[in-house]
Amino acid sequence: MPPRQREPRRGPGGPGRPGRPTAPPVAARPAALALVTLLSFASRFHRLPEPPHVCWDETHFGKMGSYYINRTFFFDVHPPLGKMLIGLAGYLSGYDGTFPFQKPGDRYEQHNYMGMRGFCAFLGSCLVPFAYLTVLELSKSLPAALLTAFILIFDTGCITLSQYILLDPILMFFLMGAVLSMVKCNSCADRPFSASWWFWLSLTGVNLAGAMGVKFVGLFVVLLVGLNTIYDLWDLLGNLSLSLVMFGKHLLARVLCLIVLPLALYTAMFAVHFAVLNKSGPGDGFFSSAFQSQLIGNNLHNVSIPEHLAYGSVITMKNLRMAGGYLHSHWHLYPEGIGARQQQVTAYLHKDLNNLWIIKKHDSDTDLSDPLSPVEFVRHGDIIRLEHKETSRNLHSHQHEAPLTRKHFQVTGYGINGTGDSNDFWRIEVVGRKTGKLIKVLRSQIRLIHVATGCILGSSGKTLPKWGWEQVEVTCTPYLKETPNSLWNFEDHINPKLPNISLDVLKPSFAEILLESHMVMIRGNSGLKPKDNEVTSKPWHWPINYQGLRFSGVNETDYRVYLLGNPVIWWLNLVTMGLYFLITVCTAVALKRGVQLTYELKELSGVVLRGGGQITLGWLLHYLPFFMMGRVLYFHHYFPAMLFSSMLTGITWDSLLKFCAGFLSPSTTARKVYGGVFLALVLLILYSFYLFHPLSYGMIGPMASDPSSPMAGLRWMDSWEF
Amino acid sequence: MLGFLKEPVVVTAEINVNLVALTVMGLITRLWGLCYPRAVVFDEVYYGQFVSLYMKRIFFVDDSGPPFGHMLLALGGYLGGFDGNFLWNRIGAEYTMNVPVWSLRLLPALAGALCVPLAYQILVELHFSHCAALGAALLILLVLSYLKFYNLQRHRSFSGRWWFWLMLTGVACSCAVGVKYMGLFTYMLLLAIAGLHFWHMIGDQTLSNVSLLCHFLARGLALLLIPVVMYLSFFYVHLALLYCSGPHDQIMTSAFQASLEGGLARITQGQPLEVAYGSQITLRNVLGKPMQCWLHSHTNTYPIRYENGRGSSHQQQVTCYPFKDVNNWWIVKDPGMQQLVVSNPPRPVRHGHIVQLVHGITTRYLNTHDVAAPLSPHSQEVSCYIDYNISMPAQNLWRVEIVNRESDTDVWKTILSEVRFVHVNTSAVLKLSGASLPEWGYRQLEVVGEKLSKGYHQSMLWNVEEHRYGKSQEQKEREVELHSPTQMDISKNLSFMAKFTELQWKILTLKNEDTEHKYSSSALDWITMDTNIAYWLHPTSGAQIHLLGNVVTWASANAAALVYTCLSLWYLIRRRRRIYDIPEDSWQLWVSAGGVCGGGWVVNYLPFFLMEKTLFLYHYLPALTFQILLIPVVLQHLGDHLCRSVLLKSMFSALIVAWFSSVYFVYCTFSPVTYGQPALSMTELKDLRWKDSWNILIRKQ
Repeated sequence: MPPRQREPRRGPGGPGRPGRPTAPPVAARPAALALVTLLSFASRFHRLPEPPHVCWDETHFGKMGSYYINRTFFFDVHPPLGKMLIGLAGYLSGYDGTFPFQKPGDRYEQHNYMGMRGFCAFLGSCLVPFAYLTVLELSKSLPAALLTAFILIFDTGCITLSQYILLDPILMFFLMGAVLSMVKCNSCADRPFSASWWFWLSLTGVNLAGAMGVKFVGLFVVLLVGLNTIYDLWDLLGNLSLSLVMFGKHLLARVLCLIVLPLALYTAMFAVHFAVLNKSGPGDGFFSSAFQSQLIGNNLHNVSIPEHLAYGSVITMKNLRMAGGYLHSHWHLYPEGIGARQQQVTAYLHKDLNNLWIIKKHDSDTDLSDPLSPVEFVRHGDIIRLEHKETSRNLHSHQHEAPLTRKHFQVTGYGINGTGDSNDFWRIEVVGRKTGKLIKVLRSQIRLIHVATGCILGSSGKTLPKWGWEQVEVTCTPYLKETPNSLWNFEDHINPKLPNISLDVLKPSFAEILLESHMVMIRGNSGLKPKDNEVTSKPWHWPINYQGLRFSGVNETDYRVYLLGNPVIWWLNLVTMGLYFLITVCTAVALKRGVQLTYELKELSGVVLRGGGQITLGWLLHYLPFFMMGRVLYFHHYFPAMLFSSMLTGITWDSLLKFCAGFLSPSTTARKVYGGVFLALVLLILYSFYLFHPLSYGMIGPMASDPSSPMAGLRWMDSWEF
Repeated sequence: MLGFLKEPVVVTAEINVNLVALTVMGLITRLWGLCYPRAVVFDEVYYGQFVSLYMKRIFFVDDSGPPFGHMLLALGGYLGGFDGNFLWNRIGAEYTMNVPVWSLRLLPALAGALCVPLAYQILVELHFSHCAALGAALLILLVLSYLKFYNLQRHRSFSGRWWFWLMLTGVACSCAVGVKYMGLFTYMLLLAIAGLHFWHMIGDQTLSNVSLLCHFLARGLALLLIPVVMYLSFFYVHLALLYCSGPHDQIMTSAFQASLEGGLARITQGQPLEVAYGSQITLRNVLGKPMQCWLHSHTNTYPIRYENGRGSSHQQQVTCYPFKDVNNWWIVKDPGMQQLVVSNPPRPVRHGHIVQLVHGITTRYLNTHDVAAPLSPHSQEVSCYIDYNISMPAQNLWRVEIVNRESDTDVWKTILSEVRFVHVNTSAVLKLSGASLPEWGYRQLEVVGEKLSKGYHQSMLWNVEEHRYGKSQEQKEREVELHSPTQMDISKNLSFMAKFTELQWKILTLKNEDTEHKYSSSALDWITMDTNIAYWLHPTSGAQIHLLGNVVTWASANAAALVYTCLSLWYLIRRRRRIYDIPEDSWQLWVSAGGVCGGGWVVNYLPFFLMEKTLFLYHYLPALTFQILLIPVVLQHLGDHLCRSVLLKSMFSALIVAWFSSVYFVYCTFSPVTYGQPALSMTELKDLRWKDSWNILIRKQ
């Protein structure tokens, strides 16, 4: 659609100045908004059910949605809001949570997946009107807003990302919501404490909570809003007509809406999460024994095990640090050059048969499983031997360096069929108990002290490299500090000779659960390291649209969807970034040199510096941190930043053309140039969308490398794989 | 007349007395007992090696930083007449007589000592007067020269001294960056400060546009161009000095290796440049990770079934082998012809040509097919084809794609061309997967056909290393020919820029094994000095040297930083409400001093939190130097502006004296572990262990 011609109106600068483009007729705005919204929804919902099989990460997030419907506990590195909403959408649309979502490519058959996809597409469609309104608010220019909207509507990447069961549309919805309400709130600044001011301020807070609740990447938008608020407050502080009491009120209002409210909502989200997921599931092992006892179906729920530890018992030991693992061993040896070449001992987060150990006396190897032999309890201060059940090796330590924590000693499995040496002896101690007391399962916090060297068994929390199967390092620390790293508790306990007693494990408080789940998530996130030699996506690839992501289909006969931005749009965004930089430098220097500007130009430079600056800051905040992240990165991480860069494109081109028009008076030529360039840009976007739309709406037939394919000429970069 | 002459003399003499005294004190503390111990101390084991290599002109790569620092150290060795013959194998090894310990250690000690007067000058330039400092040198010189320049410029723009200090800033910048990349952060800080000053100049309406432009250009020249040129020149000298092949050759590409004397150059000298049909070649993988290796095959076949039950083609194994071997030789064959020798004249292979690769010793063809590779099941197995008379036809045509070609008709060149082999039937690309095969493959590296090739990863690129034109038609003769060393003569000289780019890239990307060191620490430990580094321990007595800060200095530096931050915030907020507690010019001073010292501390410290390398306490010293500079700033400010009454002022002076003496007391207490003598007894050492986390070595009796 062509940009509207606007009525020229005289600015307040007085007579003699050329007419400046001002706000369009009131009727044009709702119409434009309606058009943009309609187009957005149409593009996102077009061919939404295709392909009728699991695409890419739907296998994770669809599965997690099902977990909510089935109320099964699971573990994921992201906070729960996004998956809860997906689950809710599925539940409301009649999906029963029975589809397994095993791997990409599985057909949905009779399962109702449209509710979940439709929900994501709905949120994804809202991005366009949000961006439109934000740019309109910042630049007060309809063409700028329309340009931004067209860019987002016709970007194949945004369409693709909105059409599947993913967290990204949800995240971006809250993110854009937060930006929009922040901008709206800023324009209400002249009417502080009015109803609309309160509304937008609290809406910002709500959206921040939402963004944080979907992915931790939401933190960046929190930073953006935070910086904006600080700037705002600094401004108010410098306003001497404002009394300190008033300033205090401003401060308090912001603390309330932007800190207290989001935190409360965020916590509430987790409360719902834990209330809904009350059945045992695949995520149990990541959490402490106390937490697990609350899950229905977990072996610790209403547990009934022998209470006191005895010799001959088969046990599992869990490290007490947050997200600590079970003491684990397996047949594999430490590789050459790393300590002694003996069997590995690690900490492992999943429940596994290799976590089982047998408690034995250090000096005798009598078969304690003989049902006739008397039961002998383990007491505080006893010297014991721990034999690994599967491999019959003893827990062993010696004065070799541990593999990662060089200041600690290595822990290994040693000996054959339980016969080892004196380095296999450990003294068992309960925290805060006296010698001779019995040791309780689950409740006693114990430490194991190596008799020969005096070091304490602990888990360092560092992930071993490939040879250790990326499990967690276990060491023997010579520093006798009291940390959860070196404390353990017994979780499973099997001893047929002892009576089972029902135990009520200490229930953890909600705050403890919240803290624990965050520690587990952070651990999980930092554990997502790229494997050796794996070719991963680099942040510098993203803005140049270097490489996409394959959503579905590999072969010629498959229905193929490829996540790739519309290259014309992305490269336009990139060029605009440079243009914006130039304009900013020129304007800033001109202003600093005190060049006399007309009223219109001054206002325009205000838009460029303030509005554009805010958007650029958003882009930087959502892009630069990825350069410093050690975890595995994917192309779709760039999309929040891409929203910002699209908004910047709208603002920049509008201002650039207006600047040019300002020099090109008389106004008719100027307006012609302005309209012409705008029309050209929009047509360019439309045409490129026409070319590249099969990327999102699916391609069947020969690959693009085949000249007979309709996409043959469009593989502009060798790295694109469609 | 006389008075006029006298005055400046008196002034300069006064400064010099202070300066000289400080310099002498600095020199004494740094140079005292420099030759003791006559044994390898801590990282000397590491840097000493490089000095030796410089003396012997052997090429090396060190990822810890650019070569300027190494070269300075080597200069010390050169002047001292060191011949490079010393085995730097362990800490504590006694030096032999040919090692000029004194001259080797002199340079770092001098640099360290000069820090003291430099720090003094910085504060003078910042218009403060007290002084106390220790630490690292060039960074300070850098800041100093810029400040000098900035202060001068107010009076005499473009004068001789103005240019001198501006240029010195640029030179110091490049030196700082040239020693360690940490210097980059200080350089950034300096650029930011310079940018800020220039920004204020833009606002100055009295300056004309032309003079602004001149200022801009002069700064660009001094602060951007000179450092870049200097930096390049370091590498130029480095490469010019080191022209012999050495232990780090394998890291570099074949082309680079061929440019060094000895090593690969000895083999490749005079090879034919253009690969032709019938050429006998060895193919090296360009990636060089996990180790350098060559495409290899041997008579053993893939096992019929792998451990996990999957089947294989049972054809001849193709691997990547990290050693030179006769089985690394391949012959380029034209699919349309039978002959395996080079015709006369040779027909060169060009980009896009289709070839077959014949394994020299076994005469089997390089082949790939739709069978899962042994360790990377998503890729295709690569084998040397054996016809088992089952439905598995030979698929041995490969298209040669020269990746770094200039035109589409480029000839495949020895060493220089990086080539992708694309399988014609399946469009798979020959790739090194990086995994090493189990016992049946002799732990050699796996080679696969990658079907979904993502871009141009280096693991898919190969270059011809050894090359000769095949002459023998018969298999027996050919075997003899393959075993004989290649002989011929042409040298391939790389341009300096090509060498520089490669070396620079290698330095930046080379990652040492991420191992934790016994004395490594985390950045957080440094502020509170919860860690130390044992540099050296006497073989028999308890004498030892530790890197251990002066506790009082560290604590007061932290306190100064804290006070500075709080006070600044307080002033800022008050000023915002138009309440001015201190006069405008002292506020300006306060801000600029904080910008340099506080900013220097921040940029030299915070980046370590983002680094994933092994960190040591000595990484903190540059940051600490800046932090220490904050102490006098804060002290003087407190004395001038907060101590209003006479009583307060005198109390304040008394406190300062007490502080100085406590610093001195701690220095004296710890001097045995700083200088390594006298030897302390066990109890004395135990007493020195003020913090539990300090690792002071105590011998078990």
